[in-house]
Amino acid sequence: MKYIDEYRDGHIARAVASQIALSCTCPWVLMEICGGQTHTIMRYGLDELLPEGLELVHGPGCPVCVTPLETIDKAIALAKRPDVTIVSYGDMLRVPGSDSDLFRAKAQGADVRVAYSPVEAIKLAGRMPDRQIVFLAIGFETTAPANAMAAWMAKKRGLRNFSVLVSHVLVPPAIRALLASDANRVQGFIAPGHVCTVMGCADYESVVRDFAVPIVVGGFEPVDLLQAVLMLIKQLESGEARLENQYVRSVSYQGNLPAQEIMREVFEVADQKWRGIGMIPQSGLRLRNQYSDFDANRIFDLDLISADEPAECISAMVLQGLRKPTDCPAFAIRCTPTNPLGAPMVSSEGACAAYYRYRRHVPAV
Amino acid sequence: MCRRYERANVAETVKTIANFSCPAPHSAKDTILLGHGSGGCLSADLIRNVFLPAFHNPVLNRLDDQAIVSVNGSRLAFTTDSFVVKPLFFPGGDIGSLAVHGTVNDLAMGGAKPLFLSAAFILEEGLSMEVLERVVRSMHEAAQAAGTQIVTGDTKVVEKGSGDQVFINTTGIGIVPDELNLSANRAQPGDKVLLSGTIGDHGIAILARREGLEFESQIQSDSAALHGLVSDMLAVTPRIRCMRDPTRGGLSSALNEIATQSSVSIKLTESKIPVREEVRGACELLGLDPLYVANEGKLIAVVAPEVADSILSVMRQHPLGKNANIIGTVFDNRPGMVTMRTALGTTRIVDMLPADQLPRIC
Repeated sequence: MKYIDEYRDGHIARAVASQIALSCTCPWVLMEICGGQTHTIMRYGLDELLPEGLELVHGPGCPVCVTPLETIDKAIALAKRPDVTIVSYGDMLRVPGSDSDLFRAKAQGADVRVAYSPVEAIKLAGRMPDRQIVFLAIGFETTAPANAMAAWMAKKRGLRNFSVLVSHVLVPPAIRALLASDANRVQGFIAPGHVCTVMGCADYESVVRDFAVPIVVGGFEPVDLLQAVLMLIKQLESGEARLENQYVRSVSYQGNLPAQEIMREVFEVADQKWRGIGMIPQSGLRLRNQYSDFDANRIFDLDLISADEPAECISAMVLQGLRKPTDCPAFAIRCTPTNPLGAPMVSSEGACAAYYRYRRHVPAV
Repeated sequence: MCRRYERANVAETVKTIANFSCPAPHSAKDTILLGHGSGGCLSADLIRNVFLPAFHNPVLNRLDDQAIVSVNGSRLAFTTDSFVVKPLFFPGGDIGSLAVHGTVNDLAMGGAKPLFLSAAFILEEGLSMEVLERVVRSMHEAAQAAGTQIVTGDTKVVEKGSGDQVFINTTGIGIVPDELNLSANRAQPGDKVLLSGTIGDHGIAILARREGLEFESQIQSDSAALHGLVSDMLAVTPRIRCMRDPTRGGLSSALNEIATQSSVSIKLTESKIPVREEVRGACELLGLDPLYVANEGKLIAVVAPEVADSILSVMRQHPLGKNANIIGTVFDNRPGMVTMRTALGTTRIVDMLPADQLPRIC
C-alpha cells in the first residue's frame, strides 16, 4: 500500500534508528503529542529501537481522554431523554462518565448511534423529524472542520431538530501550558501531523520562538516517528530550536484553508476544561452566537451538570507526560479496558490502553 | 467491530472462558451489553459467570467449538449457532449460507464429517416473503454443497420491532473418526500455527455494506464451508492438535483461547499473516486491526512441527487454502499469552479485546 508500506519497512526503520543512536550523546526527553502516535510507538515497539536515555513521553493528544467528565455526563443525561438520539464517534461510547457510559445507556433503551462523520447525523435529523438529534462534537482541530460543517449545514437547511454538544480542544495552547509548568521535563515535541494538515504550522512557530523548544511536525507510521525523533535529536544535540516538518507528504505551512474557514465561521476560541488537566485558557472552541440555535448546552439547559474525576486515576499526570501508565498502582489491576477508571484506558489512542494492549508484560518468548 | 454480528453459539461462547481474568466493567455486571456478544473478554465473562456455573459438565467444560459425545460406540460431534447478521445479504454471501457454513465449520473444527443440520427461524412480522425465500434457497444450496441435509426445523414469528427481519439458528451433528482428538487444550511447545488464508474479509465486507462505505473494489465475505479442506488436512496425518475457525473476535481471540486453554504462549510473525490489500486499506481508514476482524471461511490449525510443511502444502492445493501460511510457533513460557514479532523486528502483545473494536475518532 503506497504511503504505508515504505513507512513500515523494517530495514528503513532500523537504519533511521541507528542514525538516532549515532547522533544521541546524552539523555533527552521527547513528547509525541498525538495519541495516534503513541499507539504506533507501542504497537511497533519503537522505544525498543531507541538508545538508552532517550525517553519518549506521551502527550495529551487523545480526544476521548481529554473530553471532560461532565461532557460525558451531559451526553448520558441527554441520551436518557425519550425524545433524543445521541450520535457519536465510536470510541466515545465506552468512556466512563461519573456513574455510567453511553453503551450502558444504550443497553437501557437510550437511542445511541455510532457515526463515522457528523454529516450522517444531519441526514438522520432529516429522516427523523420527530426526534432531537444531538451530535457529540468532540476532538482536536482534526474533527473540528467536519463538526463545523454539520452545524453550518443544519443552519443552511433550517433544521430545528439538530444540535451539537461541543467539546473541542486545541493543541498549541496545551503545548504552551505544558511548557509553562514548573514540572515540565519535555525538551522537544513531535507535533501532531493530522492537526497540522488542517491548521498548518504557524502556531507552532510561535511556541518554538517563545519557549526555545524544538518542534517537529510528525506523521503516524513507524518510520515517520523515528525520522521525527532523529530531527529533534539533531536539533537538541546542536543546541538549536526550530520548527521542522517531517510529514511533508500531508502538511503544508498554511494548512487546509477551506477547513480553517468553516471552523472560523462556526466556532470561536474559548477557555476549555481538559479532562485530567483542568482549565487551559483559550484552548478550546465553542459555537459562535449565530449558531446558538444548534448548541445542545443551551437547548437542553445542560450547563448545571458538573463532575469530579475518580481520585485514584493518575491520568492528569499521564496526559502531561509526567508519569507513565505503568507508574499507576491501579494499572492493569483495578484499571483495565473493560473496567477503566479513566479515559486513557478506554480509547485506542489513550496511552494507558496502548500500554495495556501492547506492553502489559515484557514479552520474553 | 460488528455491532450486529453477535453469534450466540453456546459451545463456542463457553469455550472462551477458562482463565481469562479481565474484570467486567461495572455496567456489564448488571446489564447485557452488545460487547457480551463480541467474542472478546465480555463474552468470556458471561460464560464463566452465568453459563458454566449452571450447565457445567465434562463435555461442556472442554470449551471447544463443538461438543463430542459417545453414543453407542460412535463419536458424535454436536454444535449450535445463531445468526443475526445485518444486512441479510452482503457481498460474498447472505444470512442463509452463513448459517450453514458457521455450523458446518464448527463441526469440521472437531474433525467431524458434517451429516445433518436443523434450522430454526425467528421471523419478524412484516418480513417480505421474497426475502425469506431467497434466504431459504441459499441455505439449501449451501447445505447441499457441504454434503449435509437440513432434516428438521422450527419457525416462530415475533411482533414487528421485537426482532430484525430474520434470525436463524442452526444445529449440526457429525461423526468424528476414532483416531482423532482435536481440542484447544492440546497445543504443545514447539508446535506450529497454520492459517488457511487472508484475514478480515468477512467483517470488513459486512461493515462496508452496513455503513455504506465505498471502496474502489468490492470486498467479498469469505463465508465458506471448510470441511473439505479439513478432510484433506486430516488425510495427511491425524496428528493435528487443534483447529479453530476465527470468527467473531478474529484471529487474535481464537489464538488467545488456544494459548489459555493449552497453558502455552504463541508467538506470531506479522509478515506471515496474509491480509488482502483492500481489507488493509479499509482497516487503515477506520482505525481497525485486522487481527480482530471476523472471518467465516478461514481456519487455524496447531500441528506438530514435523508435519507442518506437509499439511501446509496440502492446504495450499485446496481452493480455500491457497494463501495458507505458517504464522507462528507455540512456546511453554508465559502461559496464555500471544505475542507478535512486528515487521520492525520488535515484539508486541496480541491481546483479546474487551468487546468489539471501535473505530477511532481521527
